[in-house]
Amino acid sequence: MNITLKVWRQRNPNDTGRLVTYEAKNVSTHMSFLEMLDVVNNDLVKKGEDPIAFDHDCREGICGSCGLMINGRAHGPGRGIATCQLHMRGFKDGEVIVVEPWRANAFPIIKDLVVDRTAFERIMQAGGYTSAKTGGVPDGNAVLVPKPVAEDAMDAASCIGCGACVAACPNSSAMLFVAAKVSQLALLPQGKAERTQRVLAMVDQMDKEGFGNCSNNYACEAECPKEIKVTHIARMNREYLRANLVEK
Amino acid sequence: MKLNAKIPAGPIEQKWTKQKFNYKLVNPSNRRKYNIIVVGSGLAGASAAASLGELGYNVHVFTYHESPRRAHSIAAQGGINAPKNYSNDGDSVYRLFYDTIKGGDYRSREGNVYRLAEVSGSIIDQCVAQGVPFARDYAGYLDNRSFGGAQLARTFYARGQTGQQLLLGAYSALSRQIKAGTVKLYARREMLDLVVIEGQARGIVARNLVNGRMESYAADAVVLATGGYSNAFYLSTNAKASNATAIWRAHKKGALFGNPCFTQIHPTCIPLTGSYQSKLTLMSESLRNDGRIWVPKKKGDTRKANDIPESERDYYLERMYPSFGNLVPRDVASRRAKEICDKGMGVGETKLAVYLDLADAIKRLGKNVIAERYGNLCDMYKLITAEDPYEVPMRIYPAVHYTMGGLWVDYDLMATVPGLFVIGEANFSDHGANRLGASALMQGLADGYFVLPYTMGNYLGGTKFKPVDTKHTAFQQSETKITEMIKKFLSIKGKRTVDEFHIALGKILWDYVGMARNKAGLKKALEMIPKLRGEFWRDVNVVGSGNELNAELEKAGRVADYFELSELMALDALHREESCGGHFREEYQTEEGEAKRNDKAFSYVAAWEYAGPNKKPILNKEPLKFEYVIPSQRSYK
Amino acid sequence: MSKLITFYKSSIGKKILMSLTGLFLCTFLMEHFVGNLLLFKEDGGRAYEAYTEFLLGNPVIRFVEIFLLVGFVLHIFLGVVVWWKNRTSRSHNYVEFRLKDNTPLASRITIWTGSFVFIFLVIHLNSFFVPSRITDTKVPLYDLVAQAFQSPLYDGFYILALILLGYHLKHGFQSGFQTLGLLNKKYSTLVELFGMIFWLIIPLGFACMPLYFLLIHKLGPSAMTIGVN
Repeated sequence: MNITLKVWRQRNPNDTGRLVTYEAKNVSTHMSFLEMLDVVNNDLVKKGEDPIAFDHDCREGICGSCGLMINGRAHGPGRGIATCQLHMRGFKDGEVIVVEPWRANAFPIIKDLVVDRTAFERIMQAGGYTSAKTGGVPDGNAVLVPKPVAEDAMDAASCIGCGACVAACPNSSAMLFVAAKVSQLALLPQGKAERTQRVLAMVDQMDKEGFGNCSNNYACEAECPKEIKVTHIARMNREYLRANLVEK
Repeated sequence: MKLNAKIPAGPIEQKWTKQKFNYKLVNPSNRRKYNIIVVGSGLAGASAAASLGELGYNVHVFTYHESPRRAHSIAAQGGINAPKNYSNDGDSVYRLFYDTIKGGDYRSREGNVYRLAEVSGSIIDQCVAQGVPFARDYAGYLDNRSFGGAQLARTFYARGQTGQQLLLGAYSALSRQIKAGTVKLYARREMLDLVVIEGQARGIVARNLVNGRMESYAADAVVLATGGYSNAFYLSTNAKASNATAIWRAHKKGALFGNPCFTQIHPTCIPLTGSYQSKLTLMSESLRNDGRIWVPKKKGDTRKANDIPESERDYYLERMYPSFGNLVPRDVASRRAKEICDKGMGVGETKLAVYLDLADAIKRLGKNVIAERYGNLCDMYKLITAEDPYEVPMRIYPAVHYTMGGLWVDYDLMATVPGLFVIGEANFSDHGANRLGASALMQGLADGYFVLPYTMGNYLGGTKFKPVDTKHTAFQQSETKITEMIKKFLSIKGKRTVDEFHIALGKILWDYVGMARNKAGLKKALEMIPKLRGEFWRDVNVVGSGNELNAELEKAGRVADYFELSELMALDALHREESCGGHFREEYQTEEGEAKRNDKAFSYVAAWEYAGPNKKPILNKEPLKFEYVIPSQRSYK
Repeated sequence: MSKLITFYKSSIGKKILMSLTGLFLCTFLMEHFVGNLLLFKEDGGRAYEAYTEFLLGNPVIRFVEIFLLVGFVLHIFLGVVVWWKNRTSRSHNYVEFRLKDNTPLASRITIWTGSFVFIFLVIHLNSFFVPSRITDTKVPLYDLVAQAFQSPLYDGFYILALILLGYHLKHGFQSGFQTLGLLNKKYSTLVELFGMIFWLIIPLGFACMPLYFLLIHKLGPSAMTIGVN
């Protein structure tokens, strides 16, 4: 099939950027979306033109590198998938596809479709951990974690940090990302000791990075490739309220 | 070169304990005076950097990713082994040690492997404390499963995302140290050279991938945790950016390369569908427990799988191995699949696939049972292929997915360049010729959390350092060399893209240095690779400039290294005239088609020394001694 | 005190204040609604008058009114502040953004439904609250209401405002619980059902009031005379 692509091209952070149209001919329906871009890029290189820059790595939906706004949807149409898991069979012959980078002030564009998500790093550094030193820990079975709790924590922990929640949110809010970590560690007994300072520090950092507020319209949950539930945001809100009440 | 593995003397159970006592220490108040560079931020790199940072060293972590959490350790699905014996099924450190030596087909060091088994229990404790949500039972105890044909349940797991959870655990520890200021993170930097001054590894030169600037970093020790080199094959289960550049350039600076031909091929991957395919996706081998593998008897049969009657199907594994059937080991299953496809019996559009059919199992057990066992795999398959495995047979094909070979290191994980440490998949040490399932995560974290922090102290505490900074000529020379290499790439302006060369190289490797090798094929590969390399340097087209984000330029450097490494892989495979583990030489097999080792002649580590451009590498041998696990031949008939 | 300022400055803190004020306003709405049901009593406004007398003469109610005012002001102020922050956290918009594929309408238009309700509130207060409480026109409130609702235009505006209030609360009510961290698997259905009282039943009930006066309870002299009483 043949596809018309309108891709955001921007040489560097200071460039104004624009949508550029490319024709992708003879696209196989079995291709993944990124493979289709590979082919477009291969042709561009052959013509001596600059290929489209986009982040990607594992191509099996777990590393969180890829992230494109495809026809106005984070990671494209379809639920519970990352961009790399999107296949061309979902598109129609002759379709026009608009490809844009994640957009948020907290995610400045580096080049084309590549954005800088290091805001997430700084949020994690603010408190997304337990302060367990290497070696000085008890046996894994010393503290029991009943299955339902472990499963709940695992649901939250499956976050791949791709930023689709921010991209899909009308307010560019990072609440789902932050909540996933806060919730995971608040659920587990190992994380409970630091829960107060953790949620305060992580939310504070999130705000400093310039993400918007949550307005509870749950676009994040709808576009999360790991289908992380907004109930984790509720838990973070609770944690935050609790932290403010108990904080000395 | 005289190789000294520095394995401590004494009974195997006491080697590590004694050695730890013998190691020199660095006074806590002195540690901040030492700078350590860690390249790579996967399980090994992140755990090492976090642990070293905690100890108080000044750690500098480099990753070409935007974040340490993107490292490919994240994609490991199955689990991590530890002989905790929580299942009360008779597990012990000794048994894990024994299984790993045997599984590695007697090509690994007993001392290293015992230590690996010994520290693996602590890994689980460490990860639990970090908040890794391992699977638990209703009472709250850790759950175990049996994995990869092991006879006991010693594998800890977090759904099918164990690698992700362990990496995020290590990443969180690393993030804590970054916040504390003991670790500095350099993201989107690719190490392009190791700087060796007066025989010691004293720094690296890295390219800032965003603006293209060359950046030099000096240190007292350099740790490489940059993973394996499966991507030399172009198509593998590795992530797209996984590469061998760091270890290869260190190799060219004097680090010997151990057993480069030991690569592992996984039999149940989703096959490629066309020439555009960019990578292969692994599916758990457990599918073979209930799936029957077959191809049509007739060559070039174009009928749909379900239209082919039972009498016209060849269940070739069941035919060839009546007792083991579809459950023959990874390497056997992989080789038979390739052979049958080479004969033209393959299925699917590319004819490079065989069927794995769940129909009989569904008939016998019901769809619900099968969905319970393999639901997530079936979903993943359906997502990628748009075919429903409950209705039509899955198509599978083997793919490269791990490299046991890597830079040679001694017991202290130090390479032949003093001050250069190599950990995780990047080194050659613990898996011999074949890695067992759920052992990769174990090794990466063992090295990073529990081995390197001790051996690093010993090195730093026992070594005199001259002050060195990045103004040293060695850094300037490296920078100049790399800058020229980049200029060269950009100036060729040929007709073929980097990927096209990479695909062509991968094909040579897959055909001749893949899962079954023979003398003629390897010799052919050794002619083809240099020829293609010559074309690469004449006809590659790298667009853009060197001072911006330029993925083509990044790939060009990596592929240039793959060309050289591939040659070494072929050379190593040619010289090792025996079959062992992942290295199968067709000339050396039992009557049943099993790998036939030659312990008399090849019970050693082949450690290759770089001799200069276009010069034949020098082979060094580290003999392997087996005092506890006596080599025997495996059989699956 | 500095802790409180930090709380207020934080994104979640603001949202918590918004939800607390919002839910407080909901309780007012409930009270207002239940009281106003007396308008339907066919006693010529006697019961309703007694009720308003009680409200006007009760010092406790006076006191609560202050809270109500603060609640409104804070809710509206925070709503605008949060909306502005959200608007400006993505300075470069998407060329193509299919938010509507993923989100219910009510959640996307809260600021606009809220703004309209605010305008309505001003007019509403001007129609009933100002004459009865501030300028003290001595006209019974029941008659003011009955009078006002004779105008189809006014009724139309009133009903439109109530529809938008319904939308505002459809999102706002459950959103308040989410922000306070009170939504989870166990309670979300309960909150949803309870929320229907606020976004469906109350606005519907309120909307019946103008319709009642427009269509059923035509203004007649008898009502006036009884009203003066």
